[in-house]
Amino acid sequence: MAERTTRELFLGEGGTGGNEHLHVNLGPAHPAMHGIIRIFAELDGETIVKADVEIGYLHRAFEKDCEVGPYNNAIPYTDRLNYVSPLINNFGYASAVEKLLGIEITERCAYIRVIMSEISRICDHLTCVGASAMELGAFTVFLYMIKAREFLWELVEDVTGARLTISYGRVGGVKADLPEGFDPKVRKAFVEVRQVLKEVHLLVTGNRIFMDRMVGIGALSRRDTIAWGITGPLLRAAGVAYDVRRAQPYWAYDRVEFEVPVGKNGDNFDRYLVRMAEMEQSMRIVEQALDTIPGGAINVDSEGKPIDPASYVDRGKQGKTEGLLLVPITLSPNLEGQGRAAQGRVNVHDKRVMLPPKENTYGSIEGLMNHFMLVMDGYGIRPPAGEAYVPVEGANGELGFYVVSDGTDRPYRVRCRPPCLPPVAAIPRMIEGQMVADVIPTFGSVNMIGGELDR
Amino acid sequence: MDGQAILARLRERAGNGVLETHDFRGDSTAVVTRESILDLLTFCRDDAALEFDLLVDITAVDNLKFPGREDGPRFEVVYHLYSTVQNHRVRLKVRVEEDDAHVPTASVLWPIANWLEREVWDMFGVRFDGHPDLRRLLLYEEFIGHPLRKDYPIERRQPLIGPKV
Repeated sequence: MAERTTRELFLGEGGTGGNEHLHVNLGPAHPAMHGIIRIFAELDGETIVKADVEIGYLHRAFEKDCEVGPYNNAIPYTDRLNYVSPLINNFGYASAVEKLLGIEITERCAYIRVIMSEISRICDHLTCVGASAMELGAFTVFLYMIKAREFLWELVEDVTGARLTISYGRVGGVKADLPEGFDPKVRKAFVEVRQVLKEVHLLVTGNRIFMDRMVGIGALSRRDTIAWGITGPLLRAAGVAYDVRRAQPYWAYDRVEFEVPVGKNGDNFDRYLVRMAEMEQSMRIVEQALDTIPGGAINVDSEGKPIDPASYVDRGKQGKTEGLLLVPITLSPNLEGQGRAAQGRVNVHDKRVMLPPKENTYGSIEGLMNHFMLVMDGYGIRPPAGEAYVPVEGANGELGFYVVSDGTDRPYRVRCRPPCLPPVAAIPRMIEGQMVADVIPTFGSVNMIGGELDR
Repeated sequence: MDGQAILARLRERAGNGVLETHDFRGDSTAVVTRESILDLLTFCRDDAALEFDLLVDITAVDNLKFPGREDGPRFEVVYHLYSTVQNHRVRLKVRVEEDDAHVPTASVLWPIANWLEREVWDMFGVRFDGHPDLRRLLLYEEFIGHPLRKDYPIERRQPLIGPKV
């Protein structure tokens, strides 16, 4: 047998080459993939003829896990859905359960949710734009944007005590009130973020290389975008001004002014512009909310000196209970923002839902009983049997929670409508007929988040 | 349109096809028969007064352990629709029995239904008639069972599929 030439080895016996399509796997682990996903592409030369997307590599049974614990136990799982903007997931889930219960959150809590959601949204957009720019060679943009995100994550850390797995939302409120001096810190961080956005605009908006890779690439028409169920920045880039915050306002969004930026062509460049504009709008919302948040600055009511918990308990044991419930206690720093004053300001006054303030739990039998009634197996939060769907505007689009209750203390069914599933499903539609290299900016603009896509 | 008007319009179209309606907590919901679901979805999308152009979600609920519903049809397939033009929402539900768990596909109306239905098949084992490509979405083909069914124990482990020895 004659030895095969290299050409024959690659193209097959007697291969003349050129006519056959090549099948290529992009992923599951690819440096430009933002999570684990496989795009199976059929190529004609460098053009993608057909593509199939395979997901599920990060599936970890979020919906099943939610069914086995009490309502508030699902909060940490929701952190891990969209791990770039976990606060929005927390609040979205909590809102769905509140709707089931039929309770209204307090005004201050609504504002806190708005502020923290918008800060998360900026983080999410910064990550998305930064990472996609990096994949197109603009590494500086990535560094600048991650620097800006760092300032915002410090704010998140200040409020929640964690950077990523924040678990800050609660059914009926939030874990703790905003910390002291939060307002000036936010404004300072926004100065930095605005500076970065300005620099990024100068660096890439209008940059020849960036424009060549983005304009007209990965475009979906307005009609297609809707048919594929896509919401969020991708839908707005296609010219539909649908934003849940505006269309069906929740929390305090009807009390702040903001614009809904829309694009025209629905291509990657418009998506980039929409995200850049939304960050500015988000900052506007946060600033207005900080100006008008009811309750204002935190002023601890200290009639009588705060006493430490041990002597508080002693007084209770000695039977000196007169007026004891009104005596302020110094709390451990871990519980900062969860004291009576803060709780009364922020959280729903509903014993069926909210844990009592820590002073009451540790200082009175009623508080302790209330606490146990909420954390004991079989008790806890028990919404009436029924179902509720609550959409909120996540960073990637409409994030919906559909919660079904059977009247017990565990959710019967929790469904998360992931905002990035429809665009990922539409990826074949966006990339077919385009070049292999165009997959990268298109995939970047979709902003796939593995945690929420695969749940 | 407000919720009541939407439900009235659906009843007008489908007659006996709409089994029951409610608007618990303001979510307009219609439970419809399997025979009329495709017609109603088409009507919702194309009717000039409804214009539900966005299929938000398709999911399912397993009623096996729901107090009071154990003896009824086991699965509920739930459709959430939204209209970007009219800014209103509706929820449609179809109930199917366990040994007859199939509904017509909506992927002819909205391409996104393709993936959403694949997920329902994956998690609940409800089939969609006429679906072009009914594969599992999140789990792998060799997975046995449908994990979001209430009789699938949460502790059950299945070996991941590795290379054939």
